[in-house]
Amino acid sequence: MSAGITKITYREAMRAAIRDALNSEPRAFLMGEDVGRYGGCYAVSKGLLAEFGPERIRDTPLSESAFVGAGIGAALGGMRPIVEIMTVNFSLLALDQIVNNAATLLHMSGGQFNVPLVVRMATGAGRQLAAQHSHSLEGWYAHIPGIKVLAPATLEDARGMLASALRDPNPVFLFEHVMLYNMEGEVAADAGAVDITKAAVRRPGKDVTLIAYGGTLHKALAAADLLAKDGIAAEVIDLRSLRPLDTATIIGSVMKTRRAVVVDEGWKTGGLSAEISALITEHAFYSLDAPVARVCTAEVPIPYPHHLEQAALPQPETVAAAARGTLGR
Amino acid sequence: MTGTTDTKPHLTRPHLQTLLLALLRIRRFEEKCAELYQREKIRGFLHLYIGEEAIAVGVMQALTPADAVVATYREHGHALARGVAMPALMAEMYGKQEGCSGGRGGSMHVFDAATRFYGGNAIVGGGLPIAIGLGLADLMQKRPNVTVCFFGEGAVAEGEFHESMNLAELWKLPVLFVCENNLYAMGTALSLSESETDIHLKAQSYRIPSEAVDGMDVVAVEAAARRSVAAIRAGGGPQFLECRTYRFRPHSMFDAELYRAKAEVEEWKKKDPNLRFETWVRENELLHADELQAIEDQVAREVSEAVAFAEAGTWEPVEQLTRGVLMEAKA
Repeated sequence: MSAGITKITYREAMRAAIRDALNSEPRAFLMGEDVGRYGGCYAVSKGLLAEFGPERIRDTPLSESAFVGAGIGAALGGMRPIVEIMTVNFSLLALDQIVNNAATLLHMSGGQFNVPLVVRMATGAGRQLAAQHSHSLEGWYAHIPGIKVLAPATLEDARGMLASALRDPNPVFLFEHVMLYNMEGEVAADAGAVDITKAAVRRPGKDVTLIAYGGTLHKALAAADLLAKDGIAAEVIDLRSLRPLDTATIIGSVMKTRRAVVVDEGWKTGGLSAEISALITEHAFYSLDAPVARVCTAEVPIPYPHHLEQAALPQPETVAAAARGTLGR
Repeated sequence: MTGTTDTKPHLTRPHLQTLLLALLRIRRFEEKCAELYQREKIRGFLHLYIGEEAIAVGVMQALTPADAVVATYREHGHALARGVAMPALMAEMYGKQEGCSGGRGGSMHVFDAATRFYGGNAIVGGGLPIAIGLGLADLMQKRPNVTVCFFGEGAVAEGEFHESMNLAELWKLPVLFVCENNLYAMGTALSLSESETDIHLKAQSYRIPSEAVDGMDVVAVEAAARRSVAAIRAGGGPQFLECRTYRFRPHSMFDAELYRAKAEVEEWKKKDPNLRFETWVRENELLHADELQAIEDQVAREVSEAVAFAEAGTWEPVEQLTRGVLMEAKA
């Protein structure tokens, strides 16, 4: 390991990002359920209470609507709140504040009141937490004008997206896939803010484009490994930002490979994968050599038993099979 | 705005004039709005505050310009009493780009940064968490400001009310909650929607000091607001006023008022806050008849100038439709 590189987990990267934010921005603070004394439901904020005190690492009651709304109000009042919601399923209790206030205030006020709020939450399945703790609803949020939606899938993005989100004058939502928290790897010791407007090509290829984000990125990369054994060179795109979508990167890749598979842990019906598929159809229809394929979660609430949960989710094998399908193989 | 930090109203001649003027500005402005609605100059929903003016006027007397206000969709009165310019408010009613919200909000979404007026919230109960957050920002930045949050009695049935009460007291936030209890949540009577109809008791159950006030008496409201605001500024945490009042007009312009008796409305109109205060001033010879007339004349002029401003206002070009959704990040 060289001096400029540090070994870190996704969880630690998020924690380091929060620590940096609180050290560099006196108006920043973290609030949410069990972020302080408990250390965070997924241990992201563990230790930060001792470091920053209860004013800035603020435990809240189980009142999602009130503390998300309080984040909006505090942002209006000049603070830079970071609000943690335990899981995306719980965020539904705060939908009024998110959809009716955070997303609309700038517009409704004729541009007078922006809401520089950051909301982080866990999303996704894989831990056998069943149908009220495992869903991937970030695609819903991506439907809403007035907010930005980010999905950090890599250690660099876990380390850097929060800083970028805090600098943004708009409400920014970060969706952290629960299966990524233990992911370990190396990032530059001085890693910091990253661009949050562009998708990234995580693996170049010429035969088919696999479009993924968050937790599914790693399944798409595993699928690309499988495909490579068959001599198929898959290009893997990490969307990174779900709203706005980086259409240019998606279309640029599909124009080159002429085939696309969208991988989304959300459901297929009315979901983000449908939006991406439609974008490809609108912008690259005549470049396509095969219909756009989608690999999504089965149309079922996430079940508890391991084998059923895994069967419901996109997997490297199903992604690879869909990619082969676009090649007629 | 005539806010001071005094804890009691001083009924000097200038202050009486201030109160009368403020009450009358709301009444005449809204009467004109109703007329303009019939003429289809104003569209969408229009919720009139007529009958409830004493609350907004009384409470605003206790505020300074640095304080913040969060209101509801029945907020023209709060906006005017807070100091939002009447021409910009009327232009907003029209949807013109000279409106205080650039025309994008309309009657239900009045915003004004200059007077720290944070809407104009049309989700019942949705403004309370925002007020909590504004209070939290003041507390964390050690500013001596107060945030006033207006809401109707219908909001107390919402979970956001209870979440916000709890959080406000738990964190001792500098927020004054003002419940405008006009007895009907749109068409549903309080007794049909609440197991406990004595609303200020609900605040007390969260340990928030609260009192019920005659919301038809502008001086009583001002006195209560001054006490409450002083207690908040002294570090006493949130305070709660239940102002008992009545909406003289239908809920909105679409309301046939099937749910309440005409006799009840007439009974409450005898308590008309504007008439009551003016009669008191007149009978006690606190202001001369010509002074009262001068106030009427001044308001009539202001309203007609506001209408002229709105009429002369311009429509935002359709090419700008998607503006104002996100703010451009500073380089």
